[in-house]
Amino acid sequence: MAVQTGQIDASREADGSASAVVIEATGVEKSFRVPTHRIDSLKERITTFSQGSFKDLRALREVSFEVRRGEFYGIVGRNGSGKSTLLKILASIYAADGGRVRMAGRLAPFIELGVGFNPDLTARENVELNGVMMGLPRSEARSRLGAVLEFAELEEFVDMKLKNYSSGMLVRLAFSVMIQSDAEILLIDEVLAVGDAAFQQKCADVFREIRESDRTVVFVTHDMNAVEQYCHRAMLLDRGAVREIGAADEVARSYLRLNFERAPDAGVEDAGDATADIRLLDAWVEDEGGKRVNTVDAGAPIRLNVEMEAVREVEGPSFGFAFANAEDVEVIGLGLALPGERPDRLRPGERIRVAGPIDNRLAPGRHVLKCWIHRDHNLSNLVLHSPHVLDLVVLGAPISGVVSVEHDVTVSVDEEQR
Amino acid sequence: MSAGAPQLELREVHGPSALGGGSRRFFELLWLVSVTEFKKTFFGTVLGYVWSLVRPLLLFAVLLLVFTQIFKLGSQATHYPVLLLFNIVLFGLFQEATGAAVTSVLAQEGIVRKTQFPRLVIPLSVVLTALFTFGLNMIVVVVFLLAFGVDPMWTWLLLPVILSALLLLTCCLAALLSALNVRFRDVAIIWTVIALALNYATPIIYPLNIVPEGLKHLLMANPLTPIFQQARIWIIDSQAESVGSAAGGPLPLIAAAAIYVAVCVLGVWVFRREAPRIAEML
Repeated sequence: MAVQTGQIDASREADGSASAVVIEATGVEKSFRVPTHRIDSLKERITTFSQGSFKDLRALREVSFEVRRGEFYGIVGRNGSGKSTLLKILASIYAADGGRVRMAGRLAPFIELGVGFNPDLTARENVELNGVMMGLPRSEARSRLGAVLEFAELEEFVDMKLKNYSSGMLVRLAFSVMIQSDAEILLIDEVLAVGDAAFQQKCADVFREIRESDRTVVFVTHDMNAVEQYCHRAMLLDRGAVREIGAADEVARSYLRLNFERAPDAGVEDAGDATADIRLLDAWVEDEGGKRVNTVDAGAPIRLNVEMEAVREVEGPSFGFAFANAEDVEVIGLGLALPGERPDRLRPGERIRVAGPIDNRLAPGRHVLKCWIHRDHNLSNLVLHSPHVLDLVVLGAPISGVVSVEHDVTVSVDEEQR
Repeated sequence: MSAGAPQLELREVHGPSALGGGSRRFFELLWLVSVTEFKKTFFGTVLGYVWSLVRPLLLFAVLLLVFTQIFKLGSQATHYPVLLLFNIVLFGLFQEATGAAVTSVLAQEGIVRKTQFPRLVIPLSVVLTALFTFGLNMIVVVVFLLAFGVDPMWTWLLLPVILSALLLLTCCLAALLSALNVRFRDVAIIWTVIALALNYATPIIYPLNIVPEGLKHLLMANPLTPIFQQARIWIIDSQAESVGSAAGGPLPLIAAAAIYVAVCVLGVWVFRREAPRIAEML
């Protein structure tokens, strides 16, 4: 059973209006019968003896959560984690197999933009139809038309059939219908980033406005920036079960961690030329506790570990490593050589181990470790090159710049001098 | 409406259903969807209304030719040509409504899978659209009635009774077929055959009085037959054989009533049962 961990941020608590629970789900279960062989005709039903074979797919397992009035609530998770199924149950499109969902207030579901739009009707007729579908009386549905068209900036096309609209116009109309629906609860599935830049800006403004208003939004997305920007709280679903409920930024970080998690000893991504004189055997990053990781919090210390083997004799080897960010900028570089007390030469069969802590100044984002090995301490004599030894995802709020450094720079205002 | 907003009561969410979302929304949606569909067929094409009349009139012309000139049925029934036209239009309502309803839920897949749309609106709106078309076609029928010298009768006012009986059956069948077709995709094909059979098992192109006695009683067990025969008596020929006498006893009529009720109950039951799962099965 999921536990309620997250707290609504203080500003909303102080508001006093955030206390009422408007969506309450308790132990919601949903399974789909996935037919391995589906019987979908009467003929087959009559002529075959078997009932058809099914596999039960549990899309949601005991999902429980609460959403309070005025909250912007994110639901995140990988593909197939049950987000959309949950949203469809909240929207009464699917029936839950078990558990209970209770809701207060009028609901407007937007599972997909522009669903139910009839291409053979004009914008005017579609807006009315859509309003009635949302449960408005016809007169009210008609009276919304002006506001919808104004927001969509489509006033001059009010009597044009939708089939003659461009896809951009269609999306603007759909988004506008959603925004202008005066339902208390909005269910929104992945609809951001529509229209041109100006319209996107407008949408972002509206979302921020809704965030501060009394309206409640349940928002399914893959876009962690959007989650951090708009959501007060979020829920992370993993294979149909609630994995975490909490503050938006924490959940967004957990989502990234979940997404980039691999088997801990998957080894080297790309070992380079297999016939080279030195072979890459294994490479990994450890966290403080000595555990192999692919994700690390920004600023948390890491240890780099690389194991290699000399296949043939290599004179005067030098080892270069670099962490490059998503833009392929090499952010941290290391140049290493064999310790001075031993001969500067590798004999066949000798194992080399590169290990040690690194001051982790990497900015949040995805990084790739690259590796070069040269002989004779000469950068033109390349022995081995791997452009992709391993991945390391640094978690944290995005910053500008390629590294995050500690600093004590503060802002102050000198009140004395006037 | 911040701090002073009324405390809304939490209500149970039951998932999708046949009617879901309140009766006002149901009927407004039903009306709007039907009118939309109707407008699309009549104002979407150049010939519009004329076009929809061409089909029954052409069928009427062909059948009239065949059955008056070849089979010489013309003399067997009073006002046979008008009867034929009226029957074609009346059966057209039934056939068009059920035929379109079978695939209606499948055709509206997007709406069903992505919105909380009261499921029953979909097949019923198809029936309502067919009813609108029927209304327009009736204008032509009335013109023919008068042109062929059928005297206006007060029983014409009883047409709504006939229509109600036919529409109830049509609606229930529409619901049944549309729900079944989601589960078994060949229902649509099977239904076209059944509809064709019904076309011949109902006195539409032939008057009931030329059917041999034994077969006539059997035909009366088809729930459509009493409806069409009563319509003939009330609208065209008050002297036509009464439903009771054509049945030759209570048994065929009891059978017809039983089939009628069974289809209706089955339709409502199946649709109610399937409605919550329709979105998942598409």
